[in-house]
Amino acid sequence: MNLDTPRTSTSTSQFDTNELVLNMGPQHPSTHGVLRVVLKLDGERVVDADCVIGYIHRGVEKLCENRDWTQIILLTDRMDYVAAATNNLGYVEAVEKLMQIEVPRRARYIRTALAELQRIASHCLWLGTHAMDIGAMTVLLYAFREREFVLDLFEEFCGARLTYNSMRVGGLPLDIPPGWDKKVLSFCDLMDGKLDEYETLLTNNRIWLKRTRNVGVISGEEAIGLGLCGPPLRGSGVSRDLRKDEPNAAYEEFEFNVPLGTRGDTYDRYLIRMDEFRESIRIIRQAVEGLPEGPVMGKVPRLLKPPAGETYHAIESPKGELGYFLVSDGKSTNPYRFRVRPPSFCNLQGLKRLVRGHLVADVVALIGTIDIVLGEVDR
Amino acid sequence: MSDEPKADAPKPDTLQPSTDKGVAKPPLSSAGDGVVAKPSEAVPPKPKPKPKPPPEPPKGPEDQAPPDDIVIPSFVAAVQAGVPGAIEHVSFWVGDWTVIVSADRLLDVMRFLKDDDATALDYCSDITATDWPPREKRFDVIYCLYSTRLRHRLRVKVRASESDPIESVTGLWPGANWLEREVYDQFGVNIVNHPDLRRILMPDEWQGYPQRKDYPLEGPGELLMESPQDWLRLRNIPDEAMVDGEIE
Repeated sequence: MNLDTPRTSTSTSQFDTNELVLNMGPQHPSTHGVLRVVLKLDGERVVDADCVIGYIHRGVEKLCENRDWTQIILLTDRMDYVAAATNNLGYVEAVEKLMQIEVPRRARYIRTALAELQRIASHCLWLGTHAMDIGAMTVLLYAFREREFVLDLFEEFCGARLTYNSMRVGGLPLDIPPGWDKKVLSFCDLMDGKLDEYETLLTNNRIWLKRTRNVGVISGEEAIGLGLCGPPLRGSGVSRDLRKDEPNAAYEEFEFNVPLGTRGDTYDRYLIRMDEFRESIRIIRQAVEGLPEGPVMGKVPRLLKPPAGETYHAIESPKGELGYFLVSDGKSTNPYRFRVRPPSFCNLQGLKRLVRGHLVADVVALIGTIDIVLGEVDR
Repeated sequence: MSDEPKADAPKPDTLQPSTDKGVAKPPLSSAGDGVVAKPSEAVPPKPKPKPKPPPEPPKGPEDQAPPDDIVIPSFVAAVQAGVPGAIEHVSFWVGDWTVIVSADRLLDVMRFLKDDDATALDYCSDITATDWPPREKRFDVIYCLYSTRLRHRLRVKVRASESDPIESVTGLWPGANWLEREVYDQFGVNIVNHPDLRRILMPDEWQGYPQRKDYPLEGPGELLMESPQDWLRLRNIPDEAMVDGEIE
């Protein structure tokens, strides 16, 4: 700014209607990682938003193309690091599809239970941070308390609390430890009560309703066009859950509902995730109570070398459609091409559409409602 | 610092041929075949095995044709009939259907796939690419499509060279925007008529395309960012003495 020029004070220069560009992030507590959003503001209203990503791009796809098929499993942990077991599941199933490997029924049941436990943990983290972004601090502490129980269960199963490396191509590395199933069932009983506790804090809370009702409304057709997936898509009333539509693991043997929204706003997406908690608990109960006997590892060659070919396999992760596109050249022991279709990446693309016309404070609510993990967006 | 990796790199190459001929081979042939027992014949072929050439890079995907006993599903048959001449090949592998489309007809096929009632592929799951450097048209651009109404999947594949224009499909599926940006960013596929073609995962000023097969795994190092021309020259020169001369 040039200080020498005389500061003329006219009415237009005082209240000019120029758009203001505001840089939000990459270091911002509400962006859930290193996301930068360049907002174009007209007063308090957002006119346009541009997401700048890639701050923690590690080249996971390139790394995986230079490792063998088994070593990749632990790299998939590092993508969506709050739902590592789901990432493992999607990858090992894609390789199993490519090699046409039969997985024992017991392994599929345990995998399903693990994936649903992971969904609860991931949704707990989402609920806590989303509520805290909007201003409800208490929920964070409650949700993290229950997430801790899930992490303890995972620790008992595979020894790790965050990056599990818990599955292998063809089954599981280990059977469940004795007594683990009882603990899972008692966790389910506990979680049922805790969900009511969360809901008393939020569902009919007037501030919560004001901040989420009619914020970020998107129609079903538009959501499909934008490639949204998971709860943001179901919130707009589109019935698309890959657990039902293209059942993987053992989902076709269990009974559960797919909760759908009607209005497609932030509140609906909140309700859907709360219902998904309950459906997950239902699936875990069925999986653990009906756990069949048998081995947990199928017949798999020691050195994995899938025949030449390619496949795309997608599963329903807590965030949406998690797809793996794998190409094998049939000669080497590493994939020729390893591609992840990250649900967070595709959902984050919709942010530009969701925030348009809303207040700056709603941007925070909308980043929370699409539930992103930057480790997966950037890979 | 810059000397070390260069000094390491040529050594294995120069060492390997000599050890293969001098040390490794004779014990192998003499110890391995007590059955053949003809040392006089074993001697002449000895010089023949040259140092193993590096395994040839694969020339392209298999794209297996569907076996005869599998009925082509209606949505694949519909696009074959609906856009005649545009489908070059139909492939089926482990339950996935793929159609290979010629690049100039891509938009026609995509529009048909999205709008026709028999296909109704209204959801663009994923767009990605694979790189097969020995081929002249080195890239396969792959579109994974899904129908939310009929619940089937179809992959569409297009072959392109580095300069071949690939029409953007953002007009049909707005969600293709970022996915195509990533394909451009990571592979350098020439996508045209895209509303906002910028790099997405890599920084804007980045040189090169990381997912290409000829891009080094360890990354380019600092030099690439400072002077890309020097970096290219460095990578093409095998002799480290020359590299020193070039740089200084």
